[in-house]
Amino acid sequence: MEGVVVLLNCFVSPFGNRVRIALKFKGVAYEEKAENLAAKSPLLLSSNPVHAKVPVLIVDGKPVCESLVILEFIDDGFSAAGAPPLLPADPYARAHARFWASYVDTKLNEAGMRVWRSPKGATAAVEAARKDTVAALKTLEAELGGKPYFGGDALGYVDVALVPFAPWFLTYERFGGFTVAAECPALAAWADRCVRENTCVAESLPEAEHVFQFVCGMRKAFGLD
Amino acid sequence: MAGGDEMKLLGMWASPFVLRVKLALSFKGLSYEYVEEDIVRGKSELLLKSNPVHNKVPVLIHNGKPVCESLIILQYIDEAFAGTGPSLLPSDPYERAVARFWAAYIDDKMLAAWMQASRGKTEEDKAEGKKQWSVAVETLEGALRDCGKGKPFFGGDSVGYVDVVLGGLLGWVHANEEAFGIRSLDPQRTPLLVAWSERFGALETVEPLMPDVSRLVELGKMVLAREAAAAAGASN
Repeated sequence: MEGVVVLLNCFVSPFGNRVRIALKFKGVAYEEKAENLAAKSPLLLSSNPVHAKVPVLIVDGKPVCESLVILEFIDDGFSAAGAPPLLPADPYARAHARFWASYVDTKLNEAGMRVWRSPKGATAAVEAARKDTVAALKTLEAELGGKPYFGGDALGYVDVALVPFAPWFLTYERFGGFTVAAECPALAAWADRCVRENTCVAESLPEAEHVFQFVCGMRKAFGLD
Repeated sequence: MAGGDEMKLLGMWASPFVLRVKLALSFKGLSYEYVEEDIVRGKSELLLKSNPVHNKVPVLIHNGKPVCESLIILQYIDEAFAGTGPSLLPSDPYERAVARFWAAYIDDKMLAAWMQASRGKTEEDKAEGKKQWSVAVETLEGALRDCGKGKPFFGGDSVGYVDVVLGGLLGWVHANEEAFGIRSLDPQRTPLLVAWSERFGALETVEPLMPDVSRLVELGKMVLAREAAAAAGASN
């Protein structure tokens, strides 16, 4: 695939950072434009008129939206020699990978958001959210099993889908009152391994403290505190 | 189909997600054994074992290996049987991304609005759901107009991925009209979608698979009555 590649992202966005990792993984040169979600750029609004959300990948002027759709697009379109695949070749293994990536969105992200987004004092809601978040993390940990990566011996689609949530663990922990290391030690180790063994991951993720500060700022702005 | 391929679909007659899979298998010309799950009285051992994470239908079991989640099953069918029948997804990466985008939109926005409009806890909730539904169908009308470019289907001249994903919902759209006299698809505001739904529903491959609308209406009424009773009981 030829053409200029532009990524519209917000540095804390786990969805946007999936795309960063995938682009670096494939060795694709790209330009990143940081979006202020409180004041969205005309480019974002015109590239993603349906959702007005990041990430958006613009290749030769044509926008692709929704992070998992973008990952598949990158895998389909940037398969030049030397660029490893994100998804396996076998249809059943692909379906398996897609299932778990979807699980991250529908179960982990959904519960995690409720942990940090609940108004101050909503203890019952936060407790329920904590339980659901821990349950989702444990299910993911069980799926990882004894493998170094969800993809097997190397980083794959599910790893790329999940690891951008690792910087958010600290935020879940502080608002939810638990630690990932205690509840899911193998998953915590996996997250460290992803960063340690893969430059594309290390270069793509924000500091956990920065995510926490960002969320605190958002809570103030939405009057949740 | 290749010799020795064994396919089983675990489903429920009223489920739009199951219908999508039936439609896809039919368009590809694939044969399979259908197993009706009794969701109310008790899910089968096979379902619980095949989908331990969600315990939901549809589940496609191909040579003993289960695939779950309707959109994932559709893509699996397209990839595992790439040489058989028409392709559901286009071959161009950008066009595939556009198709996947709209499939995700149908599930994340349209269906969510539908659920809120019909099962919202308060009248306000339901009204908001109806508003969101209007926004969603008008957006999809735009997609058919812009991406479809005057062609009969989202997939172009023939049925594709988005047509099957949306087509699964048609049974309930018709049931809603019959039960409540509400046109979920308004010919004034979404003429292309209305024309598409009639065209799709009339296809030889599709027509026999559509669930019985009066049965859906009955089921809908029963579910609402059950929920109202539960709510009344809970508030005492």
